[in-house]
Amino acid sequence: MPQKKLSIRIDGELISALEGQTILQAARANKKYIPTLCALEGLTPVGACRICLVEVSGSERLFPACTTPIQEGMSVITNSPRLTRYRRITLELLLIERNHVCAVCVSNGHCELQAMATAFGISTVELAYNFPKLSLDMSHPRFVLDHNRCILCTRCVRVCAELEGAQVWELISRGIHARIVSELNEKWGNAASCTSCGKCVQACPTGALAEKGRAVEEMTKNLEAVTSLVHRRGVQA
Amino acid sequence: MKKVKVATVWLDGCSGCHMSLLDMDTAIISLSRKIELVYGPLVDAQEFPEDVTVTLVEGAVSSQDDLEKIQKIRQRTQILISMGDCAVTGNVPGMRNSIPVQKLLQRVYVDGAEEKKLVPSDRVPVLLKQARPVREFVKVDICLPGCPPPSKAILGVINDLLEGKKPDGNFKVKFG
Repeated sequence: MPQKKLSIRIDGELISALEGQTILQAARANKKYIPTLCALEGLTPVGACRICLVEVSGSERLFPACTTPIQEGMSVITNSPRLTRYRRITLELLLIERNHVCAVCVSNGHCELQAMATAFGISTVELAYNFPKLSLDMSHPRFVLDHNRCILCTRCVRVCAELEGAQVWELISRGIHARIVSELNEKWGNAASCTSCGKCVQACPTGALAEKGRAVEEMTKNLEAVTSLVHRRGVQA
Repeated sequence: MKKVKVATVWLDGCSGCHMSLLDMDTAIISLSRKIELVYGPLVDAQEFPEDVTVTLVEGAVSSQDDLEKIQKIRQRTQILISMGDCAVTGNVPGMRNSIPVQKLLQRVYVDGAEEKKLVPSDRVPVLLKQARPVREFVKVDICLPGCPPPSKAILGVINDLLEGKKPDGNFKVKFG
């Protein structure tokens, strides 16, 4: 049965989208840009990063575009001074929460967080840096987990569970204490369910997950490897 | 035309930002006709002058000496620029921030030394608990991130200020 078509407005422009699509999916299908960090084509959206917040007419609160389904007649604003302000605050909070030392990061120059900060013209932050003491997991023979660079987008959790079917990664604790853990908080190298496929590494937007032996600026991610797999399996984008 | 007084300062950094500043090729000749470098590692002055128009600060605030310097500089400068990631974010010097100072000194000067195992106490500035961005101690007017910031970006900001413009968006900022 063909999906029902709905009419919505994005930034005033009337577009036709499929029932069941999220605001982000409808926007992307119509070449409208909404900035995102945690969303990745083919993975279940979770609304973790809050960068994709949009305004919806008739409501005072903001909605994450990646998890909000469209409704007939909905009018969405993807860009406004208010949204830019909130997106900048969100980026600043991500930058101060952990130790994102771009200058010595394997992903320098290829990092989605760094690129997003540049796109928003962030030249400094207003809040005080947190400088937390965080650990590194080097126990895996091929990969490294560096909590200093993690923004808790959970792409690794989702790509492992949904595409690889291994479910190695999980989130532990809450708020500022939240961490990515492998196999019930076992060392990654001891995680028997890990197939060493590396999808989590390629999906990671920052230098939190990287291949061993990469020096500064050397870790380029191959998101295509993940999304092309999605398309081959016919997963709804 | 009276030359504009510019100073540079080197706090807890690697001097890479100063290298980038010098790396502007022939532009440095025309710039030197418009500015007078009154203080910094590139000139000989011993005391920071009273009335500086623009000061470029490289490095994080990491020691008691850095802190006293930056407070004096702020009082004597019209426009203070954080030049580079160390001054803007803490960057590499800030990587010591989760280690207690005594433990850090012990590791470097005693456990890590082959001979003369001794934590220096004389004639060296006392380290602050953490190396932090300049902005957290004094008001900063312009932040120019980068490790180092490209010399064109540094030149662009100085030229904008010389022309009386507010430097905004003329340079693309990037951490790292």
